[in-house]
Amino acid sequence: MCGIVGLFIKDPKLEPQLGALLAEMLDVMCDRGPDSAGFAVYGSGKDGTVKLTLRGPAGTDFAAIGAALGHEVAPRDTHAVLTVPAAAEADVRTALKSRFPAIDVISTGARMELYKEVGLPADVAKRFKLETMSGTHAIGHTRMATESAVTTDGAHPFSTGADQCLVHNGSLSNHAGLRRRLEREGLHLATENDSEVAAAYLTYRMREGDTLGEALEHSLGDLDGFYTFVVGTESGFGVLRDPIACKPAVMAETDQYVAFGSEYRALAGLPGIENARVFEPEPAKVYFWDRAA
Amino acid sequence: MTLSVKPAGDAAGLQLVDLSTSSVRELNAALHALGPDTNQTLWKVAHPNGRHAIAAGLDAAIDIEIDGPVGYYCAGMNKHGRVVINGNAGVGVGENMMSGFIHVKGDASQSAGATAHGGLLVIDGNASARCGISMKGIDIVVKGSVGHLSAFMGQAGSLVVLGDAGEALGDSLYEAKLFVRGKVAGLGADCIEKEIRDEHKALLASKLDAAGILGEVDIGEFRRYGSARTLYHFHVDNVSSY
Repeated sequence: MCGIVGLFIKDPKLEPQLGALLAEMLDVMCDRGPDSAGFAVYGSGKDGTVKLTLRGPAGTDFAAIGAALGHEVAPRDTHAVLTVPAAAEADVRTALKSRFPAIDVISTGARMELYKEVGLPADVAKRFKLETMSGTHAIGHTRMATESAVTTDGAHPFSTGADQCLVHNGSLSNHAGLRRRLEREGLHLATENDSEVAAAYLTYRMREGDTLGEALEHSLGDLDGFYTFVVGTESGFGVLRDPIACKPAVMAETDQYVAFGSEYRALAGLPGIENARVFEPEPAKVYFWDRAA
Repeated sequence: MTLSVKPAGDAAGLQLVDLSTSSVRELNAALHALGPDTNQTLWKVAHPNGRHAIAAGLDAAIDIEIDGPVGYYCAGMNKHGRVVINGNAGVGVGENMMSGFIHVKGDASQSAGATAHGGLLVIDGNASARCGISMKGIDIVVKGSVGHLSAFMGQAGSLVVLGDAGEALGDSLYEAKLFVRGKVAGLGADCIEKEIRDEHKALLASKLDAAGILGEVDIGEFRRYGSARTLYHFHVDNVSSY
């Protein structure tokens, strides 16, 4: 089944509440996906630096890792955000791999931070203190596993490019062939998960020059199966449903935000929802909001 | 019973249920307990907040007004009840309705009126995909447009659409009667446009009348679609395939 939520803030006054609002939305979607949960939050960033989201075994001393590498680190439970100069990213990754092999880098980006774990979504959100996070947009996922095992690696969102992430409700039928094609194109896929293939496909299209909107258009021709995607980039937020519209989706827009939920229930607690324009995104139609636009 | 039902002072028999303090299960249990001769014939439901299965399984001639958006299967299996939803409805509103009336004052999601045997479903806004899928006698009037695969395998009843219809309208249709005023993106297998004669205009007028909009739209603007009847009849030429 799976549940998806997404929130794109238009009114900066609402940015400090981003995490708290998303946490409430994620909580409501627990019964669509009680296996595991994850979310990506686009928060603040400093020019010339990148944020690496690290994941380690329970009890990892992230402060010690940050001190050893000489970079600022902000731990949250089993994850931590390491902020490094952009020019030093490759060296830091090499150092992490050789000196701290138990640590995985699960995302990179100027502003994006990514957290995911196995467990009831409401508990996962609390462990990472999602309610304390602020930012411009965020997407989250509650997973009921179908195509691969219930593991932290199999939880969403998937990130296959800087500041890019994807959550998926559905299952893809041509992911094996597409995975081989993407690997030939030099993309690195970390899991056996079909949704990661969709994320990598969008990364590939954008690497070839597509905007997020164009990449989503192309996926209508190249991805087979059923899907509702919500995708984030540094400045944007996109939604796409397969042409049959197998999986549910509802959206709400006000002057303050654009919100996505698998069901209306997830949106019911948002401020001003009673006067929002609530609509069901049409099948095979790309929806995209961008802060730069 | 922990249901906090507040009898209102100004109208005898009016029952108020607030779903921010009572559960849907409590509401539905109270509704299911009503006998055919109940005098609790008027119910108002506050704060539905998109919850699922509100007023599902009604079997009494009562009026229910739900003040806000509802989730999946609202008023599903309804028999005799008259349900008004002041908001949008999620997947499967009025699914398998047997009789009675449902009025959605906003949009309806997928599979509105699916498999329903009777009654009238009126949707003021749009209905998305698969509206009236496998309909078996229900009348559905949509004032906006309907999505793809509407009336798929529709067996009986009518679907009246004042706006447009999506791809594959009436795919594998049996004998449901379809009337669309706007554009049809595409007809499904075995669904064809048919001549609209006086008896069909009279039928359409009766459905518009039931929905309270007779005279508001020009009957001459509608086109009629139905089954070509080539899929569901036995053909002796195909006997070796069976």
